[in-house]
Amino acid sequence: MQDYVQNLADNTLILGQRLAEWCGLGPFLEEDLALTNTCLDIIGQAKMLLEFAAELKEGNETADDLAFMRDQHEFKNVILVEQPNGDYSQTMLRQYFMDVYHVHLYQALSTSTNQKLAGIAAKSLKEVVYHLERSELWIKRMALGTDESFQRVQASLDKLWHYHHELFEETESLTELVKQGIAADPNVLKQLWLKDVNALLASTPLEIPQKGWKATGGRKGHHSEYLGLMLCEMQFLQRAYPNSEW
Amino acid sequence: MYSQGLRDSKAGEDSQELLDAFQVRIDNEEKIEPRDWMPQAYRKTLIRQISQHAHSEIVGQLPEANWVTRAPTLKRKLILLAKIQDEAGHGLYLYSAAETLGESFQKMYQDLLTGKAKYSSIFNYPTLNWADAGAVGWLVDGAAIMNQVALCRTSYGPYSRAMVRVCKEESFHQRQGYDIMIKMAQGTPKQKAMAQDALNRTWWPSLMMFGPSDKDSTHSDQSMKWKIKRFSNDDLRQKFIDATVPQAEYLGLTIPDKNLKYNDKTGHYDFSEIIWDELFDVIKGNGPCNQQRMDARNKAHNDGAWVREAAAAYAEKQNNRKEVA
Amino acid sequence: MKLFEVFLRAKSGLSHKHVGSVHATDADMAMQNARDLYTRREEGESIWVVDSTQIVSSNPTNKDAYFAPAEDKIYRHPSFYPFDKEVKNI
Repeated sequence: MQDYVQNLADNTLILGQRLAEWCGLGPFLEEDLALTNTCLDIIGQAKMLLEFAAELKEGNETADDLAFMRDQHEFKNVILVEQPNGDYSQTMLRQYFMDVYHVHLYQALSTSTNQKLAGIAAKSLKEVVYHLERSELWIKRMALGTDESFQRVQASLDKLWHYHHELFEETESLTELVKQGIAADPNVLKQLWLKDVNALLASTPLEIPQKGWKATGGRKGHHSEYLGLMLCEMQFLQRAYPNSEW
Repeated sequence: MYSQGLRDSKAGEDSQELLDAFQVRIDNEEKIEPRDWMPQAYRKTLIRQISQHAHSEIVGQLPEANWVTRAPTLKRKLILLAKIQDEAGHGLYLYSAAETLGESFQKMYQDLLTGKAKYSSIFNYPTLNWADAGAVGWLVDGAAIMNQVALCRTSYGPYSRAMVRVCKEESFHQRQGYDIMIKMAQGTPKQKAMAQDALNRTWWPSLMMFGPSDKDSTHSDQSMKWKIKRFSNDDLRQKFIDATVPQAEYLGLTIPDKNLKYNDKTGHYDFSEIIWDELFDVIKGNGPCNQQRMDARNKAHNDGAWVREAAAAYAEKQNNRKEVA
Repeated sequence: MKLFEVFLRAKSGLSHKHVGSVHATDADMAMQNARDLYTRREEGESIWVVDSTQIVSSNPTNKDAYFAPAEDKIYRHPSFYPFDKEVKNI
């Protein structure tokens, strides 16, 4: 159970941290502000989920301890969210993949037998529905806009497609949680995710890469090289000045 | 303050009769609205002042964004993000107000990117430790609030309305900054040292935000007469110092001015002469971070070009499809 | 990008009020940008965006011709008809 919530929490924390890198640097001012709204929602979700994850650990650790004092192998996020922002198409496609996933995830979890999880999911669902409205429209704009924008978003699709598999990996403990009505069924989520993503891509000239590897490992703490560097930056103050109040 | 680099606008060709009638409206505390007649110099002064104010908000995102990925707790990260985002929002309210005067956003923004337009000198200083995030909120936003509260009653309607909205949002900025300072000043010796260091570096540039001394500020008179500006630079600066010194005392930090002393006779704090050459130099573009800030804004703008083009092309295609259907 | 004017309704029962403008390439984007810029602090529950070029405004030079004639029509206001205190519910 702790492992499951930690995975959900870390997905949002690391995605939020990546989005925060855009703050002040968006492609135009209105969009800068809008993306920061998304970022605020997602870090807010991370905060709630990390608090719950800390509670489940039954120790003295706080949400901040989990965010700032763990090493990379203890992080359980999927590798997709730690991928660099790249250009705006890469950021938006990563966002779109996560938005579709989050909408179905939170929808399912809002009826979880775990009250706490159901509460967090119901609150977060309202936020991600709007995120999806935005990211979906951006993928359409890029795919159908100019030649350059199409090529850019196609290149991002070629790069990021391989990472989505990890969102729906099954483990024994997860299967058990699904049986108890606590967690969302990854197979069901995968069907819903593919249906939505395929429908959007079909309305554009974008093509899914036929071959390629399947990213895996993040949920076991085996990450890409990017995460370690992200954590150096994110955790700097807490590491350099331990036992301080901020 | 946001018009530190403002030059006097030349009086236009407006007839004395119209100018007098306009002054009567101003003296009656009537607000001037976008389509009303106004002197050319009034329009020009406002466009410069409002756009410089807007540019300041936009460039002002950068020094704090420098710390957003390194904020020490989740709560601080959320607060700082929301705060920086507000600055972008304030920039947009202001550009929107300036556009009602007939100046396009594209033109104003281009002037910023090419270095033609000025913005507040304060944002050309670096944020070197986490306490700077606190000092910027406490002092820079504190100074800004002094000015902006005064501007809520400025004579141009859209500017005044934008300022009311900005002021409502801004007091959270100052308070969150002071909140960081309290934690740092009351924290470990190393934290307190960071807080003192941030205060040392931010104090004088904050005072410079109010612009040149009244005796050197040539454009002030006309702006005061038209009620674009309602208080003088020196009055606002003094008000800021009087409000801030006790706050520094509460923190147990020392303001870096040996001559700072309460004057029983005037009821105000006396302080050292500001090094004006530094202010004029930074405004001219020779501050420690001018180049860095402009490079960052230009890079964001250039990297975003294809995104804006894609959106425009998409809108165009959708529009054509609708017309055909 | 085009300029759109933004109107917000703070809560049901009130009318929409002009709050400012946003830039956007189309109406969908204008709506989203208005939401993200003008409702960060629960300022509204309904948004209108209107292409700025579509707004027709009265001309301030006609201000007297348009609005002064209403000034002396005091008989349009209820206070023009004072009655004794005994007359009630009117």
